[in-house]
Amino acid sequence: MTVPFHSDKHQYVGGNGERLDAVDKVTGSAVYVHEMAIPGMLHGRMKVSPHAHARIKRVDTSKAEKVEGVRAIVTGATLDMTLGLYMCDRPILGRDVVRYQGEQVAAVAAETEFAARRACELIEIEYEPLPAVFDPEEALADNAVRVHPDLHTYNHMRGVFFPQANTNIAHHQKIRKGDVEAGFAQADRVFEHRFTNPPVAHAPIETHVTIAQALPGRRAHIITSAQSPFTVRNLFAIAFGMPHNAVRVQIPYVGGGFGGKAGIHLEPLAYCLSRAAGGRPVKITASREEEFNVLPSRQGLKTIIKTGVKNDGRITALQVKYMWDAGAYADYGVNIGRAAATSGAGPYVVDNCWIDSLVVYTNKLYGTAFRGFGHLEVLWGVERNLDRIAHALGLDPYEIRQKNVLRAGTTTITGEKVTPNHGRPDICLETVAKDIAFDNRTRTSTTGPLPKGKVRGKGIALLQKSPAMPVFTSCSAIVKFNEDASVNVLISGVDYGQGTYTSLANIVAQELSIPRDKVQVVFDCDTATQPYDWQTVASRFQVMGGNACIDACHDCIAQLKQVAGQVLRAPDHELVCEDERVYVRHTPDQGLSYREIVLGYTYPNGNSIGGPIIGRGKYIAQGLTHLDPQTGQGKAALDWTYGAHGVEIEIDTETGEMEIIKISSAFDIGKVIHEGMCRTQVQGGVLQGLGSALFEGFRFDERGRMLNPSFVDYKIPTAKDAPREMRQHFVETPQLDGPFGARGVGEHPMISIPSAVGNAIFDATGVDITDLPLTSERVYMALKAARKAREA
Amino acid sequence: MEYDIEVTVNDVHYKTRVPASFTLMQLLRDKLHLTGTKEGCGIGECGACSVMLDGQLVNACLVLGVEANGSAVRTIEGEAKGEQLSDLQQSFIKHHALQCGFCTPGMILSARDLLGRVPAPRDEQIVEAIAGNLCRCTGYETIVDAIREVAHGPKGGAK
Repeated sequence: MTVPFHSDKHQYVGGNGERLDAVDKVTGSAVYVHEMAIPGMLHGRMKVSPHAHARIKRVDTSKAEKVEGVRAIVTGATLDMTLGLYMCDRPILGRDVVRYQGEQVAAVAAETEFAARRACELIEIEYEPLPAVFDPEEALADNAVRVHPDLHTYNHMRGVFFPQANTNIAHHQKIRKGDVEAGFAQADRVFEHRFTNPPVAHAPIETHVTIAQALPGRRAHIITSAQSPFTVRNLFAIAFGMPHNAVRVQIPYVGGGFGGKAGIHLEPLAYCLSRAAGGRPVKITASREEEFNVLPSRQGLKTIIKTGVKNDGRITALQVKYMWDAGAYADYGVNIGRAAATSGAGPYVVDNCWIDSLVVYTNKLYGTAFRGFGHLEVLWGVERNLDRIAHALGLDPYEIRQKNVLRAGTTTITGEKVTPNHGRPDICLETVAKDIAFDNRTRTSTTGPLPKGKVRGKGIALLQKSPAMPVFTSCSAIVKFNEDASVNVLISGVDYGQGTYTSLANIVAQELSIPRDKVQVVFDCDTATQPYDWQTVASRFQVMGGNACIDACHDCIAQLKQVAGQVLRAPDHELVCEDERVYVRHTPDQGLSYREIVLGYTYPNGNSIGGPIIGRGKYIAQGLTHLDPQTGQGKAALDWTYGAHGVEIEIDTETGEMEIIKISSAFDIGKVIHEGMCRTQVQGGVLQGLGSALFEGFRFDERGRMLNPSFVDYKIPTAKDAPREMRQHFVETPQLDGPFGARGVGEHPMISIPSAVGNAIFDATGVDITDLPLTSERVYMALKAARKAREA
Repeated sequence: MEYDIEVTVNDVHYKTRVPASFTLMQLLRDKLHLTGTKEGCGIGECGACSVMLDGQLVNACLVLGVEANGSAVRTIEGEAKGEQLSDLQQSFIKHHALQCGFCTPGMILSARDLLGRVPAPRDEQIVEAIAGNLCRCTGYETIVDAIREVAHGPKGGAK
């Protein structure tokens, strides 16, 4: 018989303790780059192109140089570095050619913000406007304007991305499974539908801001509002040909990222200004307008989706063409085109699948990573498509999904086997359908009589996402004990609000069996002192960081036992670490407190052994493969998080005005590590998704100029736009290699919100909208058109 | 042109000199080093720089520094009494009513203004009061929960 040794004193996984950053943030004492300064710091400003596509004929900085206080001016002609995450296509400043309205062409560093601004105004640039292309579909035409005529010569990640010579295609991702022609031949019905998504802004409340200093001896110091310190360092070191350890990147508190701060942005420009100003540090703070129209956005997307189905709703074939509006530079866009294609059929069994995912350059603001990494866009089409098909076949939207959903024993479109440990989209769907009483759909109210002209409707949608990351993505953590047996955790994923550090504290406290308030995860990331992590993106931080922390805790425990074993004269396997003590398991009184060991144990006579306990942990995903370039088959997924949303909506049929009554969401996240962090991630993501659903999207004029680069013209949800009720459900099918069985859920809440809202509008009114956003105006026009059609 | 001004911020009296073009936000952040007040847009669209000026909630980016001459200003730095966090701060922590934290100071100031005017607000009044403070992280629900609990106690409230 085994005796239960474990006390339940330090069980924190699943708990709901305070956020580690809460006190700093409610008191205003949290320090962001926005308020940071280094002695001698200059202010940098950018001058941007007013043209979407133009040749730079002449740059004259002579007047600007005369402005009092100007210390440096840089232009594209003076800088020859090219940046790129996967595709080296972006000059730090436009040189010879500009490719979008908003592209930086020159920059000034001056003693004051005012002088820098004034000097920028006085820089004279003569342009020769060139023909431009703004639509990804048009950009695919043989005779389309070429945004990058030499794209095939650019350095890029070979074997993963495939730029096409003499086109605007930065990457062509293929998914090929089964025999799609045979699949269509088996179908009773074949449907073809088109959908579009506009480019969308991240809109973190803290804009991009960076301080860079060129130090003597070709070294660089960068303090920046970014998500991924080591990626900034890596790309920076490559661009400037510096050793990695000569580049120091620090990231303090970050005021929101959402993918927009995942890569490298203003850092190289600030560094070039500093270098030109004799090494004085330079700070560049993006204005809100620049945040909208200079810094990158979410890509737009055009989808053409052809589906073969049996009369009972079973999918026999799916052929999809995704045309991504990359804008002027590829940045993360090529990887979005790759990753989202692997989810390009939704979480369904599609044995005959053919996907062409084309990432297409246009003369617009370029795209980058955005929470969801292409999945909100892809699933907008996939999930609206299914409702339209269900309607045409006279099937229930719930039934058609349950009939096709991935289950254990099936395979994904990339050939990955679904196992019982994979997560359960079917249960997520069932959960939300029950929660909104989807089987009881009526256009009248379930909560009392509706005002005249108002109708109700309900919609559901599934979602899935795995992290889009290189196969070799790795992560590390250090857990170091302090004098009082508290610990500091060093890790280089950044908590820019998601609450991951708070979740990691639950894991570390439980693993070490210490009070949670003795765990501090250090909020100031510094590549000079913190251990390596790849990037804080892709909803992979809690999974990989959690595993690295567990590994580091195991290392601590081994060291604690090694020292305690000598003192207690017991072998490791007889020792237990619990409640801040190491003791012999059969005789618990025979033990030492952590405090007596963590910096070294001292015997009564003064002899000392051991030394500071510092645990080292790491994690690298197991068994990932590259995708086959011709078929897209392979295993690219660390984990798949599945989920579903159910939406109830009320619509005024006279005005198109909409109110979201309820959104119920469910995700199979394997294990809830921190109840509050999971719940609040979902709430925030759902509302951000609702922004994409109802009103967000950039608009451009016929010359490619952005029309809405402000919060007045580009609305994000306010407190008034929140649904009357939001509910969150968590299914726990353990991920066997996740920390305590957990999967990521950072991005997933916003995916498929537009789909569920669109389906609810369809249910309420029969109006079938295929273009986002679903503005009241668009709904009103569609209702009006439908009335006219009926009358005719 | 620069002006000498006197201003009381969080009960501390300051004498300083500011350019005529300085906003109240620049005065607070750049001159007085009270950086809890955040700049999200600088043109009155996001509410991150909400502060109280003589009892009125204002966007500090839309008020000139010289206009604050002779006035009393309250900022997030005046919310706690020493180490003792205010009821709103404690409630925000309890409800996880913050994520990146950049909108949080302005949000708390707007909530403080509401509770000063309406001690027992209904949910619609809470929503109305913070509708000018943009938050991209939380979805607002926890913020409304946090404010409601201060007004009505853990079990009370309109919801």
